[in-house]
Amino acid sequence: MGILNKIFGTQASIQQLPAGTVTVDRQGGIVTSTVSSAFPAPLVQAIAKDVLELFREARGGQMPLSEVSLHFSSLRITARELRGGAIIFMCPQTASFRSLTTARS
Amino acid sequence: MDAQHKILVLDDDVDWLALCRDQFAELSSHPEILTANNAKRALALLETEKIRLLISDLRMPRIDGLQVLAIVRRRFPAVRTVVLSGLEDEEYRSRAYALGVDLFWLKAEMQRNSKLFGECVESLLGQSDQEGDTGFRGIQSKSLLDIIQMECLTRTSTVLRISRGPLVAKLWIQEGELLDAECEGASGEAAFHRLLAWKTGAFENLPAEPNRGRTIQKPVNALLLESAQTLDETAHPSTEPDSVEANLHRKTMWKLAQLTREGAEFVVAVPLSVGVPEALGAQNVDALAQWTLRATEIARSLGERLEAGPLLHVASQSLERQTVLLLRGERAFLVGWPAEADDNILDKSRKLVALWES
Repeated sequence: MGILNKIFGTQASIQQLPAGTVTVDRQGGIVTSTVSSAFPAPLVQAIAKDVLELFREARGGQMPLSEVSLHFSSLRITARELRGGAIIFMCPQTASFRSLTTARS
Repeated sequence: MDAQHKILVLDDDVDWLALCRDQFAELSSHPEILTANNAKRALALLETEKIRLLISDLRMPRIDGLQVLAIVRRRFPAVRTVVLSGLEDEEYRSRAYALGVDLFWLKAEMQRNSKLFGECVESLLGQSDQEGDTGFRGIQSKSLLDIIQMECLTRTSTVLRISRGPLVAKLWIQEGELLDAECEGASGEAAFHRLLAWKTGAFENLPAEPNRGRTIQKPVNALLLESAQTLDETAHPSTEPDSVEANLHRKTMWKLAQLTREGAEFVVAVPLSVGVPEALGAQNVDALAQWTLRATEIARSLGERLEAGPLLHVASQSLERQTVLLLRGERAFLVGWPAEADDNILDKSRKLVALWES
């Protein structure tokens, strides 16, 4: 008993999904955040960086965007451009959350 | 045989059960409506009552709808089954039909089109009556050709609704005669030929519409033969330069027609590995293709780091337009829409991409 724990360790865990709103400045610095402090700060930073990158790439391609929305199967990230920075909304798309927003299941 | 049929509605939402009870009570055959808010109670009712039709939700705690349907199919094969779900996912539709359910409806659709749903339910109850519990159900892995021939040979009157992802086609059959067809924006014979090119999909029988106007005059067998010839020519295209060029031109014109009909501004199809982007209606193809690739790369990488599941789509908006980025196979598609386009552009984009690939 416990041999698998000795080999693989006991740290198996599921990463929680971010929920809340973050505003970032044009350098990618977090200005305000309502995301739980339990969610890793480097990941919030990574989201901010990638969102700004998306806006930057679009500007580079002569198609400046005012809003971009990434839809994953369990998370939706919507970002609005704010003078070089952005406001980012993160909504997990879990079963309980969906039931409040979509048609009855 | 009971004079009054019994319908059992299974759903964990009691408000929804009350709504169903009211709605089904208005059916012309006045069936008795029984309800259950969990699978255990539903199975107990099926044991004790003579249920004609089970209408089940899919997403429920403990035992979900698909499990219940599998049990019902095994233990109560005579019971007709209908799935009434809020899950707008083609996979669930396919899985439900694979389990042999008679009908799959979305709750939102049922509320919007309650009359048609009522007719479908009546039709299922009526079928049980006329056939006296005879006949087989649960057709699987049959080609569309087989299904159409079967419906026509048995001189059935029905509307066949065939879906392939976001694409939906319909065939109106009256006493074995093909009256009309609708597919990919076409109607009549053209729609029928297009439909027969579909390789996969799901089908369901809707109540017949005898008043549907007749647009197809040819016999079904002649149409099937023509389609088989066309498909054969498509599978083995002529290699003469003129013919290849004419085919390409025809394809481009057809795609452009679909684009215009849906109201989109452009479509850019970008191979995710190597290859040249394909585009229609776009001016700055290279810039759009580059952003499509970069956005796909960024979004996928972010999704992996966040463990947020597969990327479904990326929507974006600017002052001039809206775009939807979709992935299909080894290609990313960027569909552009006017800024004032309605909320339905995601569905329309999916449809355009599916048409593009077809």
